[in-house]
Amino acid sequence: MNPHFLHLYDMLSKVDGFIYPNEIELQWGILIVLYPYITGLVAGAFILASLERVFKVKVLRPTYTVALLTALAFLLVATLPLISHLSKPMRFYEIMITPHFTSAMAIFGFIYLWYLMVVLLLEIWFDYRRDLVLWSQEKAGIMKRVYKILTLGVTDISPKALKWDDKFGYAITVIGIPSAFLLHGYVGFIFGSVKANPWWSTVLMPVIFIFSAMVSGIALVMFVYMMVNYIRKKMIDMICLDSIAKYLLVALILDFVLEGLDQVHRIYEAEESFQILDLLVKGKLNYTLFLFQWGLGMLIPILILGYLQMFRSNARLRRILYLGSSLLVLIGIFFMRWNVVIGGQLFSKSLYGFTTFKLNLIGPEGSLMAAVWLVVPFLILAFLFWLLPPWKRHPEGGT
Amino acid sequence: MANNQVKSRRRFLTDAALLTGGIFVASGLKPLGALLYATERKNPNGPWYGMGIDLEKCIGCGRCADACKSENDVPREPFFFRTWVEQYTILNDGSMKITSPNGGIDGFKQEYPDEEIFKSFFVPKMCNHCVKSPCTQVCPVGAAFESPEGISLIDPNYCIGCGYCVQACPYGCRYIHPTRKVVDKCTMCYHRITKGLLPACVEVCPTGVKIFGDLNDPKSDLVRFKKEHSWQVLKPHMNTEPKVYYNGLRAEVR
Repeated sequence: MNPHFLHLYDMLSKVDGFIYPNEIELQWGILIVLYPYITGLVAGAFILASLERVFKVKVLRPTYTVALLTALAFLLVATLPLISHLSKPMRFYEIMITPHFTSAMAIFGFIYLWYLMVVLLLEIWFDYRRDLVLWSQEKAGIMKRVYKILTLGVTDISPKALKWDDKFGYAITVIGIPSAFLLHGYVGFIFGSVKANPWWSTVLMPVIFIFSAMVSGIALVMFVYMMVNYIRKKMIDMICLDSIAKYLLVALILDFVLEGLDQVHRIYEAEESFQILDLLVKGKLNYTLFLFQWGLGMLIPILILGYLQMFRSNARLRRILYLGSSLLVLIGIFFMRWNVVIGGQLFSKSLYGFTTFKLNLIGPEGSLMAAVWLVVPFLILAFLFWLLPPWKRHPEGGT
Repeated sequence: MANNQVKSRRRFLTDAALLTGGIFVASGLKPLGALLYATERKNPNGPWYGMGIDLEKCIGCGRCADACKSENDVPREPFFFRTWVEQYTILNDGSMKITSPNGGIDGFKQEYPDEEIFKSFFVPKMCNHCVKSPCTQVCPVGAAFESPEGISLIDPNYCIGCGYCVQACPYGCRYIHPTRKVVDKCTMCYHRITKGLLPACVEVCPTGVKIFGDLNDPKSDLVRFKKEHSWQVLKPHMNTEPKVYYNGLRAEVR
């Protein structure tokens, strides 16, 4: 028999209570979990970068370009799990050509392109332009050509031109902040606007998505920054790392408060769907919600980072705890996306029963493929670090 | 005098310019009307189809679901349905059991002995062809659309298979066709009704549970059904305005 049907018969045997017959198959699997996860990492990393640029938090300077390149590496991958999940992937361009404007999903392509082309690529280009010109003069052979192409023929690096670069870069970051909020708040709206689904349908969804994006993006930049310095055997700028940790703590607390508010609101209002959601949270989402999302991914990092704020400890211990916290947060936010996307499909819209989700190892919707989508951004990031090394940039002022 | 003429000419020109500009701006804004989704869109010069379902007549034979699968090339596996039948059993202790094995196509077997049962009834389900259908609203490419007759349809040559409409339908009436790889759903047998025939499920029903008809025609069977019965729709709080009207619907049915 068709393996797809075999899988569905297996799921049918695990139905608990009553579900509509079309609900046995979950429409959105692990790939759609990755989509908000990766998009959130992009938005969060960018917001951290903009803290340095727009809000002049100078201690974050060492992570500015790291954050921008991280955002770019993940943004380049963001749509791929989404497109490969479509059952007609070759038709994906229809969203761009004939968008249906009442759909929350239709505008994603435009917001994505706006963010990629207008915000990230332009900002990185303006930021790197001087280095690109200088590298194209210093290097030989094919790399000389590559850098020359990347300058897009703009080779003027007079102080006046550089001042303009800075102005443009600043303006783009200012536009970039609301764009990053838009990018991820919008992803939250895709879920939050589905009135048929009581687990998704909350006005807080876009806001929670934005704050969880900040949490995950900051944690990712923290992780990447520490890893890069570890691999390059360089000293970590602890003042910088400490302030990233402080921002991470603030974002975590805000995210926790918002998610808590959402849950308190649900519990207090106890609408028609409350009973099934209560069973969902205490049953099928027991581990992924209480243990991974809230316990490991939120409370423990809050306690660790809070402790480090209040009590002094040596740099080595701080580094280890920061690394641990950033990893826990990254895992926790992954499970937050999981609990939203998968959790929202586990109960029947009849509110009378549950279906199950079984994650296969192989196949386009399997966990191996998901792992590939999570590794690819790091490979792209390694390539970007090789092409545009933030540590080999020319010091400002000298040429 | 000449001065006045100049003034009035000037006023005429300003007014004309304002009017033209206004029309221009308004025509630019018109696509935004699409955002104001909740507008009444009856088909004034043609039919506006709906369905009445008289639960008091349903015997749970499942022939409607079976005929639908044959008529519309719906896969036979028990995971894909355009229409199906649910059985509700309310026991003497007040508890309720709901089943729909294979969508009711193979009929129903009562699990509980008669003396334990307070009441048992069947509910045929199908697409509600909502006036304000959330599935049509969320389709990112416009492959889900509404026909002039008020039928919610899918353009299979256009659907990208994102599954967003499946998520948006509160009634679980959509599925992704396993071989065609696009969304599929009840069309109220559009290919039949546009030729003056009845939908397959209506045609085969032995007890006349389903009443297909034109809501715009005051003499239609459906309009009479609606006048004669205190009908209900499913999940009215969703404000989707279903055009499938149930007689004898109990509050337990969702």
